[in-house]
Amino acid sequence: MTASTSFDGRVVGYSRAAPPVVRSGDAATIDCRGTYHTYVNKAVRQAFDEGAHTVRLDNINGQRYIGTGLSGEGRRIEVHGTPGQALGMFMDGPTIEVFGNAQDGVGNTMNGGRIVVHGSAGDVLGYGMRCGRIYIGGDVGYRVGIHMKAYKDLRPVLVCGGKARDFFGEYMAGGLLVLLGMHSRLPGPVVGGHLATGMHGGEIYVRGEVEPWRHGKDVTAFPATDAEMEGLSGVLADYCAAVAKDLDEVLAVPFVRVRPASLRPYSELYTSL
Amino acid sequence: MSDAPTYGVPTDGAPTSGAPTGGDFLLERMPTARPHAPASFGGAGPRPAYRAEAAFKIHGGCGLMGICDESGALMPADLAVRAMAVQRDRGNGLGAGFAGYGIYPELPEHFCLHLMLHDERAREEVEATLERSFVIDQAEPIPTRHFGAGVEAPLLWRYFVLPDPHALETLEIGPEDLVVHTVMQINSSVDGAFVASSGRNMGAFKGVAFPEEIAHFYRLEEYEAHTWLGHNRFPTNTPGWWGGAHPFNLLDLSIVHNGEISSYGINSRYLEQFGYKCSLGTDTEVIAYLFDLMLRRHGLPLELACDALASPLWSEIDRLPPEERELKRSLRAVYGPAMLNGPFAIVLGFSGGMVALNDRIKLRPLVAARQGSRLMVASEESSIREVLDAPDEVWAPRAGEPVIARVKGASRVVG
Amino acid sequence: MATSFVQAEFRVCIDDDRCHHCGRCVQQCGWGVYTFDERPLPDDVKCRACHRCVTFCPAHAITIEKSPLAFRDNASWQIGLRKSIWRQAETGGVMLTGMGNDKPYFSVFDHLVLDACQVTNPSIDPLREPMELRTYLGAKPDAVEVEADGAGGFRLKPGAGLRNNVELETPIIFSPMSYGSVSLNVHRSLALAAERCGTLMNTGEGGLHADLYPYQDHVIVQVASGRFGVDPEYLNRGAAVEIKVGQGAKPGIGGHLPGEKIDEDVSITRRIPRGSDAISPAPHHDIYSIEDLRQLIYAIKEATGYKPVGVKIAAVHNVAAIATGVVHAGADYVYLDGFRGGTGAAPQVVRDHIGIPLEIAIAVVDQRLRDEGIRNRASIIAAGSIRSSADMAKAIALGADVVAIGTAALIALGCHLCQGCHTGSCSWGLTTQKSELTRRLDPEWGAERLSNLVRAWSHELKEILGALGVNAIESLRGSRERLRGVGLDAQTCEILGVKPAGL
Repeated sequence: MTASTSFDGRVVGYSRAAPPVVRSGDAATIDCRGTYHTYVNKAVRQAFDEGAHTVRLDNINGQRYIGTGLSGEGRRIEVHGTPGQALGMFMDGPTIEVFGNAQDGVGNTMNGGRIVVHGSAGDVLGYGMRCGRIYIGGDVGYRVGIHMKAYKDLRPVLVCGGKARDFFGEYMAGGLLVLLGMHSRLPGPVVGGHLATGMHGGEIYVRGEVEPWRHGKDVTAFPATDAEMEGLSGVLADYCAAVAKDLDEVLAVPFVRVRPASLRPYSELYTSL
Repeated sequence: MSDAPTYGVPTDGAPTSGAPTGGDFLLERMPTARPHAPASFGGAGPRPAYRAEAAFKIHGGCGLMGICDESGALMPADLAVRAMAVQRDRGNGLGAGFAGYGIYPELPEHFCLHLMLHDERAREEVEATLERSFVIDQAEPIPTRHFGAGVEAPLLWRYFVLPDPHALETLEIGPEDLVVHTVMQINSSVDGAFVASSGRNMGAFKGVAFPEEIAHFYRLEEYEAHTWLGHNRFPTNTPGWWGGAHPFNLLDLSIVHNGEISSYGINSRYLEQFGYKCSLGTDTEVIAYLFDLMLRRHGLPLELACDALASPLWSEIDRLPPEERELKRSLRAVYGPAMLNGPFAIVLGFSGGMVALNDRIKLRPLVAARQGSRLMVASEESSIREVLDAPDEVWAPRAGEPVIARVKGASRVVG
Repeated sequence: MATSFVQAEFRVCIDDDRCHHCGRCVQQCGWGVYTFDERPLPDDVKCRACHRCVTFCPAHAITIEKSPLAFRDNASWQIGLRKSIWRQAETGGVMLTGMGNDKPYFSVFDHLVLDACQVTNPSIDPLREPMELRTYLGAKPDAVEVEADGAGGFRLKPGAGLRNNVELETPIIFSPMSYGSVSLNVHRSLALAAERCGTLMNTGEGGLHADLYPYQDHVIVQVASGRFGVDPEYLNRGAAVEIKVGQGAKPGIGGHLPGEKIDEDVSITRRIPRGSDAISPAPHHDIYSIEDLRQLIYAIKEATGYKPVGVKIAAVHNVAAIATGVVHAGADYVYLDGFRGGTGAAPQVVRDHIGIPLEIAIAVVDQRLRDEGIRNRASIIAAGSIRSSADMAKAIALGADVVAIGTAALIALGCHLCQGCHTGSCSWGLTTQKSELTRRLDPEWGAERLSNLVRAWSHELKEILGALGVNAIESLRGSRERLRGVGLDAQTCEILGVKPAGL
């Protein structure tokens, strides 16, 4: 329960009070039931500042911006419940593990770190990611992995275990985006339409088939080579360990690699006097 | 009216303030910026013509929910209010509302008009207008609580009416058309009056405040409904006008809407051909009228009406089997001017249930869930989790694909 | 022999240091400007500044200047008016000209601006997201009648649904230009390009040449007052049939193709004797009242199994009432030709002074059809110097379904708007039948040029739609709300149904 109901039927919504924090060694547990997000996130930052390495958030439902802007490699946040929008946005180093479904905007412009969601995630996942890893156990929504970009040794990785909707990998400039399409209750194909439109860098792998009409002329989709699968195996093993999936089952179906047809897909489009 | 709970007060007891406090950046109500907001309700001076509000185009925002018990069992309002409370950050306190279906079981056949009135004179003029073509069986103020400092509420009345058979005969129209005609007339020509809802055994409760505040103000805990819609708004211009909040209603169609309709210009011109006056400057208005046109007047099935509003891409239509392709192609060619473009998630409530729909590339969020006979949709999953403690399934509907809940035994689809 | 008072408008300048003395210019000029005696000798008065010689001179030695001959300024008696009187005094003739109105009249298009979405409603990225331009030309049914299909879904009732429409991939078609006024190679170029772009070309009133039969699904066949080339086979070959009642460049008057332009081929295609003048009467002599038009429309429908039949009218004062009548008479589309529309030959005084602007015509026709509740019964095609994709977007926002381009198409093929079409000596090989000139246009090359133009404008239209936050042309069509007037008076704004910028 988030919002409390008083005797005359009045719903008051999130409470604006610091949540109870229990410390034990280098872990902190926070009961976030009904607490407004600014207080939750403030408590998280405070716990880390006071030396905790792991912060466990219980009874989360809809609180936004968890992990937003946080840095620090060794730090870990466990989310029990359904976190609200913009989980881990601008995050740079920590690990977040969600035991449940996530909403929209996960890992937006993430710079480093790790987000694992055991359930599904919503739309606009990993937008503008530069580095770090996001592993989703279940399905994902629309506009996933838009404009992921790589630079020198910064390379973002986003792996989705279930199915994805339209505009997957749109405008990709770099990094690794993987879609498995497994264990999904959603009807329909593994990936939606307008796959990777505007892609001009990076690698996308889809487990299973990709009908040609799902993507435009700016990308090609061919069966992944053995060498490519070899290169992918490290990430897949790491993913399977994180979300408790069977690597052999993952590798039992051939993958397709989607790549840009050109580094400059729009060079022919413009002209001048 | 009892105590005056003050709104905008953090429950930890800190004082009310219109402006954000200190470094916490709590989401308080935005100060109203417009200096010429409609004059205080009930004051002297000319009554505002609400149609002038249309000059300030009001953008549809930002958080919504709908819940329907398909068995027809009635649910307390508290479910809808708690769901909206979770989505507080999607609004800015300048508009919220709810619609409930099945809330007037003692008078199920009467059209219940919820009126927002500037003053007594407006109310008298509305009553006179109604008396010309309706029999008013019950008229009373809508029970409310007192609002706290800084929020002004209009007069709120409800009229339970039946069309005068003589009027129907003279005008040669059906009861629903008479109600539509009268509502449009009141909204466009009676200064200081606005019909917030006009359906049977349902009502809309809305105003300029946060959802929890609206619920408390209208004493929603006193109502039970088989279907509830809720909405929380983030308007970018700041009307002080209660009629601008969602849901928007006509007969028993209520719409809550997140997004903005960029095809408004042609949608409203198309509707004008059929006699609808799009006088309120909101794009939500056209959605309600389009549904009324397609469902009630053209008799289109609900699924096909949704198809017309959020039509699949031509490339998808081309890939369909021949019979379905011809149907979808015809639908889109005929209802092209009705197609809604721009980002949107909408929930339409009607006496037989509700339907939720996204735009064709799903630019706004929408999540759905089922628990037993209850079907719920919301902009955020956390709203659903607040209300349904053990859903049988939770899913994200596809772009352009309606999610439909149908109340068992409902005799009317629309009207 | 009298000396003409009409001096040369242009001066041909050849840089002798560069000139190769190859004589290419002599051969290229269709107007007979050059003679050759050791070097090219231009007769300035014949030059029309069509730039054919300039383009093809291998040494880039030629430039065309405006003659520096000074006239005493007179804001009322412009130079052109004085020259016309001198010429008319010489010959007693009607001043003829080609292409569209060139006078500096107020352009409504140039005073309309388009909206863009920001923040509260985002724009759409046309390069990466779907942007639909597909348009159906023809009458749309009033409703979609469905029945349950027995499997939980729905299907169309028998006989219901969309029919008798032409599917266009983009809302741009080619305007009617008759074979005779333009060369067969122009027609071949247009037909090829129409097929490649998924759109239509139009025979104009000169009939359909057999070479175009393979492209007939992309051809509108026109029935004009002269009924040239019209027989049942012709009617059945087109994707649609168009009755030409008027033309923007010359409202109310007929057409005139001089005998010089009627060669063997034109003669066969038009089914008239070679060398005779081809005169199109001003009215169709069987249409003197609106019910006559209905009769003609349905006669054609009966003859063609109910193909879409459209009517082309010029934009004149009561165009709204005429268009309404045309739609009530059963037309599947109305083609509005504004006063800037082009022509192969028209009296200058008619071209420049008769007719109203296309923008106004679209607005009043679209609104009147809506007021009558019959807007769905016919598509609106708008034409009359659509110069860019911006004009096209504005025309569609005002209410047009499709725009037609004629002048722009010819410019793509090489036309430089020298307005010499009526002489039949077009150096670019476009508005002529002289074989030494017509062979200059290779239809493959022409089709490529036209396809490029259509494709480029379609992309630009997508960019505009993206900025408007819509991803389908239906959502712009008739949406006046997306336009604002800048420098338009209040009454014009009201007639256009457009607000002034700021509101």
